[in-house]
This record gives sequence, structure tokens and C-alpha cells, in this order.
Amino acid sequence: MPKIFFDQVSKSYGAVEVLPPFDLTLEDGEFTVLVGPSGCGKSTTLRMLAGLETLSNGEIYFDDRAISKLEPKERDLAMVFQDYALYPHMNIAKNMSFALRLARVSKSEIDEKVLRVAKMLNIAHLLDRKPAELSGGQRQRVAMGRALVRDAGTFLFDEPLSNLDAKLRGKMRAELAEMRDTIDKNMVYVTHDQVEAMTLGDRIVVMSDGYIQQQGTPEALFKHPVNKFVAGFIGSPTMNFLDADLVEERGLTWVRGDGFMLPLSDETGKRMADAKNRNVTVGIRPSSFLTDASNGAPMELKVVVSEYLGAQSVLITRCSETDVVVETQSAQPLQTGSVQIFGVKTDEIMVFEKSSGRRL
Amino acid sequence: MQTANVNRLTPYLFLAPAGIIMAVALLYPIGYMIYASFLDWNPSQRIGEAEFIGLRNYLNLLGDAAFRESFWVTLKFAAIVVTVEMLLGVGLALLLDRNIRGMSLLRTLFILPMMIAPVVVGLMWRYMYHPTVGIFNRTLKSLGLEPIPWLSDGNWAFASVIIADIWQWTPFIFILSLAALQSLPQSAMEASRIDGATGWQQIIHIKLPLMMPVLIVTLLLRLIDAFKVLEVILVLTNGGPGLSTEILSLRISRTASEFRELGEAAAMSNVLLILLMILTFAMFAYSKAVEIRTARLRAAAEETAI
Ligand SMILES: Nc1ncnc2c1ncn2[C@@H]1O[C@H](COP(=O)(O)OP(=O)(O)OP(=O)(O)O)[C@@H](O)[C@H]1O
Ligand SMILES: [Mg+2]
Repeated sequence: MPKIFFDQVSKSYGAVEVLPPFDLTLEDGEFTVLVGPSGCGKSTTLRMLAGLETLSNGEIYFDDRAISKLEPKERDLAMVFQDYALYPHMNIAKNMSFALRLARVSKSEIDEKVLRVAKMLNIAHLLDRKPAELSGGQRQRVAMGRALVRDAGTFLFDEPLSNLDAKLRGKMRAELAEMRDTIDKNMVYVTHDQVEAMTLGDRIVVMSDGYIQQQGTPEALFKHPVNKFVAGFIGSPTMNFLDADLVEERGLTWVRGDGFMLPLSDETGKRMADAKNRNVTVGIRPSSFLTDASNGAPMELKVVVSEYLGAQSVLITRCSETDVVVETQSAQPLQTGSVQIFGVKTDEIMVFEKSSGRRL
Repeated sequence: MQTANVNRLTPYLFLAPAGIIMAVALLYPIGYMIYASFLDWNPSQRIGEAEFIGLRNYLNLLGDAAFRESFWVTLKFAAIVVTVEMLLGVGLALLLDRNIRGMSLLRTLFILPMMIAPVVVGLMWRYMYHPTVGIFNRTLKSLGLEPIPWLSDGNWAFASVIIADIWQWTPFIFILSLAALQSLPQSAMEASRIDGATGWQQIIHIKLPLMMPVLIVTLLLRLIDAFKVLEVILVLTNGGPGLSTEILSLRISRTASEFRELGEAAAMSNVLLILLMILTFAMFAYSKAVEIRTARLRAAAEETAI
């Protein structure tokens, strides 16, 4: 499978530049996830890779081969479209087997493959229907099936699970994860979904407004986001952001805001030394709070809402004016309306420059 | 109870005016024609004075060699022009369905012939087919070739009217096909490119099947029209030489005006009408059959699934 390299690729529609020039490398056999808010250019990137959209500038390489002038079919890829793009006049079996039939695969092999994939996707009983006679989620699974029956080198998925219910989505995610581990293909996967991105991706590319904000392993993005956007985008529930000032006291660097004052770990504090602007944004993940205040820096929060989720609870609390989301083990029920002192794991506190959002 | 009844009748009440207009404007003339076809009626009589002769007009038609000839000419004409026009029109649409500069101008030019009044088309082509000063024979002559008896030889005259009709009506099919093409789901086209379809395979497996409903209606419209064509042929050849280009509508008009046999002309019209109705019903039956077949297949599939 080729290594895919975007070299200074950009895309404009008329005068509107939706993707400024960017570089991106997708290693051989890697499962890459593109995430980002709606309209940030994920589908456009995928469609350029597929050959459905021309590049305004730059070049895409498969290994050393420039491919931006090649027809889609010469790029050896299969794709799941965001809007499914099923063939309305063919039944589901025909939809799924179209590429194989064009490639003159033997009938028995086609039937075997289609049935196997259809069973995996729970659509085997729908094979004789036309797309118009299916529900949205069923259509989406057909779109998925149409790509999966193929033996392409690169698979492109544009939000392939967005329309499925939670249970089915979980099942499909597991199937994809298994595929990722067992077959050696390039996969590029667009999603809005946190969990999908984190569980499936070997590498996650976070995009916003056409710019690649950061790329790396799920762990790297979670632990070392380069800016506030990435920190807020990766991780669920999302990180809490609080305005604060940097102050030096008792040999430590502290972040002091409305209703809290937390010390930074030595390591983080050292990085603050050259922060000229003392106005910062503090990022604390909901998982960084401990109900036992003695194990971290104390922070006083008023519990407003408690959302019981089974294994854990998500508390919405208030620190002076700002909402702060806290994740706790449900074993210790907390009274709503009560004021609690939580412990904050200081080594997990992140500090961002207030003006640019850059991580300090 | 009362209101329920009224509510149920409301739609019919609203439909009534349209129904009445339809009955007057559509059914009355047809009924009149059907009645007339049972009469021995010439134009100097009022319809009440005409003698009722039952099916004799129709029996006469069966024995009338000239009618049978013109029936055959009509069938041949309609089959040839519609086939060629469909192939050309759809082919051109497939060819010109792309966004390059100047394409919209080209498309507009293509549909011009359709906008010219048929009588004018007839006159135009008659001049072009003129044995000595027409553009075709002049061109042939300047190339040192024999002139062609465009309108004076039976076979050539038949070909000539076909050429004129194709020139005028291919644009109709072209424009409908183009509209159908441009309203096809783009994403399905993209999917087929990813699935590895070549241009030809896209046309055969995606475009044509998706255009089929429009194409069938277009075909039907053109077929009905081709069976009724009159003006162009009237001006070009007036049915001649001999009976070589005398299509049914020409025969009907001559029977009524030249031979003054209104009853027989009405009978011929009815034969034409029946022919067209058979065509229409065949189309409906076809689409109905397709529907039923898929429904049955699905039912069978569902039974086995359970
Ligand atoms: N054909 C087009 N003409 C003009 N602008 C376009 C066109 N297609 C997309 N855009 C713009 O390009 C930007 C990126 O679109 P894209 O479809 O890649 O977003 P996305 O990240 O896939 O969003 P979503 O998550 O909602 O699918 C959007 O701002 C969109 O408005
Ligand atoms: Mg998209």
C-alpha cells in the first residue's frame, strides 16, 4: 500500500480559499482520522485524494508517483460518501457488487463477498431492495458495504457511521478496528465523533477553518495539544477553560482566577517563565478532578447539575461565574446545590496564551 | 355523519369544473368523430342529414389498397425517424453534457430547428432539395457528381422527408435528454468513477438507466407526433411521387377535402387514434408490469428471509 503525501496542496472555489496550502503524510497501512468542526474542509481533502475534486495547487504523491492528474479509478481506492451516493436504480446487491462486476470478478466470488459483507453489516435481508426503500441508517450501511467488498489499496470513509444508532455504531466501530488490525490497507476516516477518532485512529489530524491544527497519535493529542482548539476538541467531556493570571508566589507559579488559585507543576511553571503576557487561559480536563481534595490542589466548586451515567457521573459545577464540568466515580453521590472542595491534579493543568490560544 | 359526507365530497366538488371543461373540450369532439365514422357524410350535408351506414366505412378501409399503403408508409416513417432521432438526440446530449466554454451557445443553436414553424421548415427544405437550384444538387454538381432526384423519385422522396423530420425534431429529444442528464444525481456519478467505471460504462450502467423514465416518455411523445406529422410533408411532396410519402394524416386530409368523404376520413382518424392508444397503453402496461415484477420479487425475497 502506498505512502500518501500531500505536498503544499490547496483548494479554492473561485476566490474563496477553503484549504490554504498544507502538507500531510499518511504512512503506509495507517488508519488516519480527520476530525474538525463542520465546514473545515475534511470532505474536500478526502475528495481531492479520491480525484473527485481538482487541486488548486500542489501535488499528491502515492509513494513517489504524482497522482493529482489521475482518474479516480486509477488510484486504487474505495470510498464511502458522506451522502451515501448509492445507485438509485440498482438493488442493494447490485449496488454493492458494481465495482466487482466492472472488474469482471466471477459471479460466485461476487455473491460470496457481497453476502459476507452484508451479513457483517446486518443488511443481508435487504439485498433485493432499492436504496429508496431503506432507512437512512440502512443506506449508510450499504454505502459502507459497497466500499468494503472491494479490495482497494486505500479506503476513504466520510462520516460512515453518522446515521447509525449507538449500539450499531459500537458494533461497526469494533468491525473497523478489527479490519484495521488484520488487513494492511491505508484508511482515511472523517468523523465528528470523539470516540471513533480516539479508538480507531493510528493518527488523528485535527482541522479547523481549512488549517491542520495538529496531527499525531490519539495519546499525543490528548496529552500534548498544541493549542486551545485541539485541547477543546479532543477528549470527552471537553476540557474546561478558565481565564486566569499568572502569579509568582512562595517559589511557585500559580494561576489565579475568579474563585480559584492553583499551583502549576514545576515543569509547567518553568515554561511560564518567558510568558510575557500574564493573561492566560487555564485548561483543566473533567477527569483531572478528584473528589478527595487532599490528593491535589484544592478548588471550591458549587455542584449545579449531576448527570448520572452509570459507571461515572458528570457534574456541572460553577466556579464563580463559569461552568466547570467534573467527572467523578458515582460511588460517592454528591448533593446538588452543595459546595464541594475538589482536588485538581496539578500536573494535568494546561496553560494557553489568552490572545492566540497557543499552548504555553 | 353529515359533515363526514360533505367532507368526502369536497374534492369532487373542486374537481367538477375541470371535469366539465374536459368533457366538453375533449370528449365531445372525440365522440363526434366516432359518430361521424359511422356515417356516409359529405361536406355539403349537415350531420343530421347524413346516412347511417354502420361499420361500412371501416370495412371499406380494409379493402382500400391506398389506405393500406399509406398506413404502411406511416409506420415506416415513424419507426425510422423516431429511432434515428432518439439515437442522435441522446447521443448528442451525452456528448454535450459538459461544462466547457461556449457550450450553452452551442446548445441554443442546436434547438433552433424545433422553433421554426413546420410549414417554413417544409418550404426551406423544398428549396434546398430543388433539382437544379437547390443547395444539395448544386453542391453535388460542383463536386462533379450526378444530381439526385430528391423529391421526384419515390425512394429518394421518402428519404428526403425523413431527413427533414430528423433535422427538425432531433433537438426536441436532445433538449429533453440533456435536461434529464443534468438532473441525474451527481454523487452516483462520482461513486461510479470511484468504482472504476469508464465513460462508456458510466453511460450504459448509470446514465441511461437513470434517464430511462424520461427517455420512454420522450419516445412516446415523439412517436405520437410522428404518426400525426402533416405540414412538412404536405409542403415538401404532398404525398408523392405516387403514394411514396403519403402518410396517414395526409391521406385523411385528402379524403376529407379532395374526395369529400367525411365519414371515411373520420374512420381513418379513428384507426390512427386506436393505434396511438394501443401504443400508450403498451407503455403503461410495460411500466406496470415492471412494477409488479419487482414487487413480487421483493415479496418472495422477504418470505425467504423470515
Ligand atoms: N463546490 C463548492 N463551492 C464552494 N464552496 C464549497 C464547495 N464545496 C465545499 N465548499 C466549502 O468548502 C468548505 C469545506 O467544505 P467540506 O465539505 O470539506 O467541509 P467538511 O469539513 O466536510 O464539513 P462537514 O463536517 O459538515 O461535512 C466549506 O466552507 C464549504 O462551504
Ligand atoms: Mg463533509
